[in-house]
Amino acid sequence: MKKELRLTVNGQPYELYIKPKTLLVEVLRNELGLTGTKRGCNESACGACTVVLNGMAVRSCSILALQANGGEVVTIEGLANGTVLHPLQKAFLDYGAFQCGFCTAGMLMSAKALLDENPEPTKEQIKEGIDGNLCRCTGYNSIIRAISAVAKGEYKEAK
Amino acid sequence: MIRDFEYFVPKTLKEALTLLDRYRDECKVIAGGQSLLTLMKQRLVTPKYLIDIKRLSGMDYIRYDAKEGLRIGALTPHRAIEKSPLIQDKFTVLAEMEHRVASIQTRNWGTIGGDLCHADPAGDPAPVLIVLNAVLKLASLKGERTLSVEEFSLDYFETALEPDELLTEIQVPLVPPRTGTAYTKFNVIEGDMAIVGTAVSVTLGEGDTICSDVRIALGAAAPTPIRAKQAEGVLRGRKITDALLEKAGQAASAEAEPISDIHASEEYRRELIKVLVKRVGKQALARAKRA
Repeated sequence: MKKELRLTVNGQPYELYIKPKTLLVEVLRNELGLTGTKRGCNESACGACTVVLNGMAVRSCSILALQANGGEVVTIEGLANGTVLHPLQKAFLDYGAFQCGFCTAGMLMSAKALLDENPEPTKEQIKEGIDGNLCRCTGYNSIIRAISAVAKGEYKEAK
Repeated sequence: MIRDFEYFVPKTLKEALTLLDRYRDECKVIAGGQSLLTLMKQRLVTPKYLIDIKRLSGMDYIRYDAKEGLRIGALTPHRAIEKSPLIQDKFTVLAEMEHRVASIQTRNWGTIGGDLCHADPAGDPAPVLIVLNAVLKLASLKGERTLSVEEFSLDYFETALEPDELLTEIQVPLVPPRTGTAYTKFNVIEGDMAIVGTAVSVTLGEGDTICSDVRIALGAAAPTPIRAKQAEGVLRGRKITDALLEKAGQAASAEAEPISDIHASEEYRRELIKVLVKRVGKQALARAKRA
């Protein structure tokens, strides 16, 4: 039996009817067509599915959508401001912080959650902030440099 | 993928307990779901009814009383405990332990109560709560009862919770004076479950050199988190030296029942226990001296 789900995603309110077993990542990708969020491992290990729910980074593959009822979700599609990229996105481009791009959406959302909580993290804190996101391509250093650059204020005018 | 279930979102504890009383073994309780959903996706757990208590009010709190000690609501997320200034100050080892649990994303949504009820012997909270002498409050329609964390785990993923009961609160008594507590777990990638976890609490007595009490708990070393009582016996009432810690480590290693799996052999785990009991014991001792 389907249940009502009310969710604000990237500032837009939605009303959906879904089976209770539907995961948040499934609502985002299948119901709302927001396929930026990826389902990497499906078992809560890789972080590719990371979105920001009620201000917190969460694994959307490991949350029943109905648990987010009435909540606010920010996905990768909501990071840019229209056509103006978020400082993190600009930094990721400048510092080559992605290759295949599969981990990138989740990585950016974790980075955003980190900087929202701690705008000037140390390198160690950056590493801790993204340790729930696996990347098979970059070796993480370019990612850390990109986040570090934003933290140091290199993209201040962009904000 | 997940099998269909009937879904309830009780608004009060009483509603939740009523549902549990009605559906008992046919239902499962979901809090953060960070452990349960993985099992449900693999169809290892296929409840007919799912009772979602994540938003039950009044069960997400951290309270401290100078006489009673610490009270943590069962639905308190790991992240809240990790970041709590009160816990960082007065029960530092709990914040340190929570920092090692899974990942930030998991800690944001998963709860300490959910972790304890999931009863994975590799879980981080249980060994620490055991050495802290913590007690759990369990509620049902019939009333409330308390049980030590040590008695709570019965077997792999099995607890003493009756089918009609919910864990509501974790009670941690005041730490005795001159006591130091430490925890670590060994894993290969940060965020992984413990290959072995070790918590030690040392209380100094006479002249601050004799160990008047010691508690050692091991995670991922048996079907449940266990007290290493033989190891404790080696240290209790004596002055703790490196050599004595070495003996305690050996005793703990012998009394544990670790398994061999994809992460490590039984042999390796036994070796780890020797090393970690010594290492964490030393840390706890140093903290006791500073306490």
